Amino acid sequence: MLQIDSITKTYQGTPAVRDASFRVARGELVCLLGPSGCGKSTLLRIISGLTACDSGTVSIEGVDMTATQANRRPTAMVFQSHALWSHMNVAQNVGFGLRVRGLPKAEIAAKTAAVLDLVGLSAFAKRLPAELSGGQAQRVALARCLVVEPKVLLMDEPFSALDAHLRKGLREELKALQGRLDLTTIFVTHDQEEAMELADRIVVMQGGRVEQVGPPGALYQNPSTLGVAQFIGAMNTCTSNLRHSAVDWYGVTLRMPLPDGEVALLCRPEDLSIDPNGAAARVARVIDLGPVTKVNLITETGDLLTWTCPRDQAPDLGRVMTLLPRRLHAFRGGALMGLMEAPLPAQAQGATA
Amino acid sequence: MKRTPFGGLILLVSMGLAMLGPIVTVILWAFAVKWRYPHLLPTEWGLKYWFAMFGRETVITPILTSLALTSIATTTAALICWPAAYAFARLKFPGRQLLLFSFIAAQAVPKFALFVSIAVIFLKLGLVGNFWGVVVVQMLSAVLFMIWIPTAAFRGIPPALEEAAFDLGASRLRVFVLITLPQAMPALAASYVLAFVSILFEVDSALLIGAPTITTMPLLLMSLSAQIIVQEAAVLCVLIWVPCAVLLLLSRRFMTARGIAQGFGA
Repeated sequence: MLQIDSITKTYQGTPAVRDASFRVARGELVCLLGPSGCGKSTLLRIISGLTACDSGTVSIEGVDMTATQANRRPTAMVFQSHALWSHMNVAQNVGFGLRVRGLPKAEIAAKTAAVLDLVGLSAFAKRLPAELSGGQAQRVALARCLVVEPKVLLMDEPFSALDAHLRKGLREELKALQGRLDLTTIFVTHDQEEAMELADRIVVMQGGRVEQVGPPGALYQNPSTLGVAQFIGAMNTCTSNLRHSAVDWYGVTLRMPLPDGEVALLCRPEDLSIDPNGAAARVARVIDLGPVTKVNLITETGDLLTWTCPRDQAPDLGRVMTLLPRRLHAFRGGALMGLMEAPLPAQAQGATA
Repeated sequence: MKRTPFGGLILLVSMGLAMLGPIVTVILWAFAVKWRYPHLLPTEWGLKYWFAMFGRETVITPILTSLALTSIATTTAALICWPAAYAFARLKFPGRQLLLFSFIAAQAVPKFALFVSIAVIFLKLGLVGNFWGVVVVQMLSAVLFMIWIPTAAFRGIPPALEEAAFDLGASRLRVFVLITLPQAMPALAASYVLAFVSILFEVDSALLIGAPTITTMPLLLMSLSAQIIVQEAAVLCVLIWVPCAVLLLLSRRFMTARGIAQGFGA
């Protein structure tokens, strides 16, 4: 459906997007996720045609669109700032795309009414944008795009300016609408929770590069680069020197059959479990988050370790516990070296041998 | 409890008097036939001097000349300056700042000196004493308002508004006509009115380039006030104000204080 090939864009010598490639299937919702300045918005603008790329190609349904101007591409974009035209009412805003296509007035009115009904704003057709709430304005901006029946819907952090509660509601609404209309959608966000909740697949970007593409669960469970591992979800990170297939993890030696050298060891807070052979750490803070409890511990090596556990297992403050990782990701030079499922402490293994 | 801002009230009243006082006086004079000291108001009212003024060819012609001249000069200036202002706001080209600044620099030079040198050039071109010669010179008075206010207004329009329209299939021209122009309208209206008024009241250029064949309203007013017939000058003053007032009322729909303030970078 949509194919992005080796897109590169440089702004005054600073690379914004570097050799980005990915594909989007029909009806798929893909999130471009990354910290601000990672090039995700630039890439979206390149797809829309509002920004020209230096090299690479954008094709939609097999047609090369790279040289096509934004007004001739079958894409429509929802902006972060909603970008409604304040001198037109809601119906005029929504009907604009049809008006410039030269459709007869009656047809514009009918289609506009249908789309406004779809986003639940039929009663607001005669209002001016200034009389709308943030959420309503963004729904009008979405309706304005839907009415021209784009092949690809582009959304540039559309909900970032709204408050958390509203954001969640609109997210659900968008997902339902997108599924119902079978809309191919690219959604840019810096909010990983939003991306995890919305996306069929996520494209993680960092420093202008596409780091990893995959379904939300896969990215969370199996990050392929250190950047993705640290950006998506929380991680306990320490660096250690691996020697003779053994590595030090917060004071315990773990078996790790990997080549010698410096490694970054990452473990999710929920992947820690109590084990008598584990690393000793004292409970410094217990945070009841409701569904789970987050526990901050200080290890013997003086590092901070975060553990999440069911609230009925929450330990008392000051208690010393011993913890082992159930899953441990090892990275070297930013790239994944290995994923250890239940790595064994070296002493324990020595004892059994 | 609301405290009455007494100082503010005094300021308001005194400012109102200072601004409206002269205007009211002139309007009273225009309809006064007899008004002598120590009477607070005219003792005899009437349209005597209005009939007298309109009865004279030498009065009617300058009024029509002025209106035609000002309308043509302001509109032409708008057609040239507004697109230029858009270019200043949206495009990046070498010398942009310098050029923009040059419009202010021209205002720093005494106008009279500028007009004298223009008159010398126009004399060679045969444009002195010519209606179109005056139009061209008067347009200069409009340039500052017509460039600076619209530039700031265009710059104040978020690019996303234009991009959204372009993205939805509008051509660049339609984006400008359907989105950019209406968005900038308050400031454009303000620039038009300010330019119109400044051209209408322009004296120096009309005197230097237009004389002796072209007489405008302000020139007529000057010659009349020298004859010290207060009522005649007052009638003419009111006549000059009318087009300005009409224009102001018409543009009130578009013009907001904010629109004007924006023009000056507020």
